[in-house]
Amino acid sequence: MTTAPASRDSTAPARTLPTFERGTIVRAVVIVGLLLIALFVLPAISGADWITTYTSVAIYAVVALGFGVLYGRVGMISLGQVALLTIGCWVGARVAYATSLPFPVMLLVAGGVTCAIGTLVGLPALRLSGLYLALITLMFAGATTVVLSVTDFPNGGGGFTGRSATGALTTSTPPVRRPSWAVADVAYYRYTVIVCAILFLLVLIHVASKPGRAWASIRESEPAALAAGVNITLYKLWAFALASFVTGVAGCLLAAQIGVPRAITFQTQDSLTLAATALIGGIFSLWGAIVAGVFNQLLPFLFQAQWNIDPNWLLIIFGVGLLQVLLTAPGGLADQFPKDMANLGRLAARRFRALADGGKPAE
Amino acid sequence: MIQVENLTVRFAGVTPIDDASLVFPGGTCGLIGPNGAGKTTFFNVLSGFVKPATGAIRAFGEDMLKMADYKRARWGLRRTFQTEQAIEGLSVFDNVAMIHEHSGAKRSSRQADVLAALGFVGLDVPPRAKAGSLGAGDRRLLEVARAVVGHPRVVLLDEPAAGLPEEETEHLGSVIQKIPEAFGALTVLVDHDMSLVSNCCTTTAVLDFGKVIALGPTAEVLRDERVTNAYLGTEEDV
Repeated sequence: MTTAPASRDSTAPARTLPTFERGTIVRAVVIVGLLLIALFVLPAISGADWITTYTSVAIYAVVALGFGVLYGRVGMISLGQVALLTIGCWVGARVAYATSLPFPVMLLVAGGVTCAIGTLVGLPALRLSGLYLALITLMFAGATTVVLSVTDFPNGGGGFTGRSATGALTTSTPPVRRPSWAVADVAYYRYTVIVCAILFLLVLIHVASKPGRAWASIRESEPAALAAGVNITLYKLWAFALASFVTGVAGCLLAAQIGVPRAITFQTQDSLTLAATALIGGIFSLWGAIVAGVFNQLLPFLFQAQWNIDPNWLLIIFGVGLLQVLLTAPGGLADQFPKDMANLGRLAARRFRALADGGKPAE
Repeated sequence: MIQVENLTVRFAGVTPIDDASLVFPGGTCGLIGPNGAGKTTFFNVLSGFVKPATGAIRAFGEDMLKMADYKRARWGLRRTFQTEQAIEGLSVFDNVAMIHEHSGAKRSSRQADVLAALGFVGLDVPPRAKAGSLGAGDRRLLEVARAVVGHPRVVLLDEPAAGLPEEETEHLGSVIQKIPEAFGALTVLVDHDMSLVSNCCTTTAVLDFGKVIALGPTAEVLRDERVTNAYLGTEEDV
């Protein structure tokens, strides 16, 4: 073997690495503070319809998080993330009808199945990239929509593949169960926020450790990553596995949130909207995923329920927003989070004073 | 020691390396030649990016061509690229640490090894600074730090001084010179800067149109008539 290189160079100044930096501590305090606000302040000041919207925001933030892992960290574009959410939702619903497993186990089963399917979808990513990978994953999203509408998803009959006697969705379809101690909307909202926070933490741990560094090197240059000894196949599939796992868990949360998920709820174009909002939010930062969740779920709610505007207008607004972000700030809104939030808050506050006093905008 | 025997690489209609045989005994070795001579292709064969048509490469008795490409780093092969490859989104520390992580070196020694590598190249920036914020010279030093961390056995440097001003090239040269002694790694330097090559390298091989036209002590090789002809472009049998 070779001689030990460490401590060989005596001329170099003795350098150490600070374990905790001030920025890290500040960030941790901010995160805990926001989490406490989300858990206790928001439910106290918001009406029932707001609570279900917040729950969806948390769930779609996790979907955007998965997209961010794939595109922001590794550079693989996947336009099938909402399809994976649908699969997680479907598995969660079926497991709920077929078994009496405790809710956390349902989450893990949905996450696991989605993880397996998502990793298979990731296989082409080993050979394809850019437009081709985007197309393949979009076709996968379309295929999922077709299969689920043909099989009359979720059709609440008994057993894993059961169909109800009438063969169609009826009002008697039982809702997907929630955790026994989180049946009410507010309690379930809190449950969802905590689970989503854990999923964010899971991704954060990955990003800040060996896989995150390997992904960064693949994103920068595959030949250089290969020369550095990174097993590119393993780490690409790992990214797909992680992204689909968190998306699958989010899907199961969504199943219990909706109660009776219908195929019509999930459209292929949702995957595109999600990609757009994730890019607007910022794919290089975990904060961007939260912004994306807000854009994806809170804005349609505001448009439809609060302002009486057709939420389809949002597609155009997102398109313009995406163009703006891609041209002027590729890091997305999360890049300039404090500034934009201050502006958004001022704007929202003004609009709210003018239009209604029925609630308060998130952050 | 690296032994190359009858190495031939063919791309459709082109033969960038043509029946080349050479031996790098150890220390810092130079590999020079005009543009298109096959230097980078040789590095790519060693890295596993290019499969040769024929030939064998042994490094310290190991048959390099039989090893899976991503396993060569763990074995101890390191390389840099003509265009520097610092990972902009990661910190200086993480840039080097990620090489260490895949080198098979012990996790417990990571922090010490990484800081030692940064100290060795004399990169005087905070380890937590983002690599994207570094200037060209510092990035080249960072690349050398990435190449020497985690028990390297063979270090391939592909034009590490390209585009650097003279005083930074000088510092880089003094760092490269110390690699074999400090880390016990055979270092191969590809560069067009002849003063850098003659300062750093004890042995030098010259490639021209994929053939080895000279091999030996650097000073002798650089005086060789065939070498000067190759560089001046008066090779007859093209």
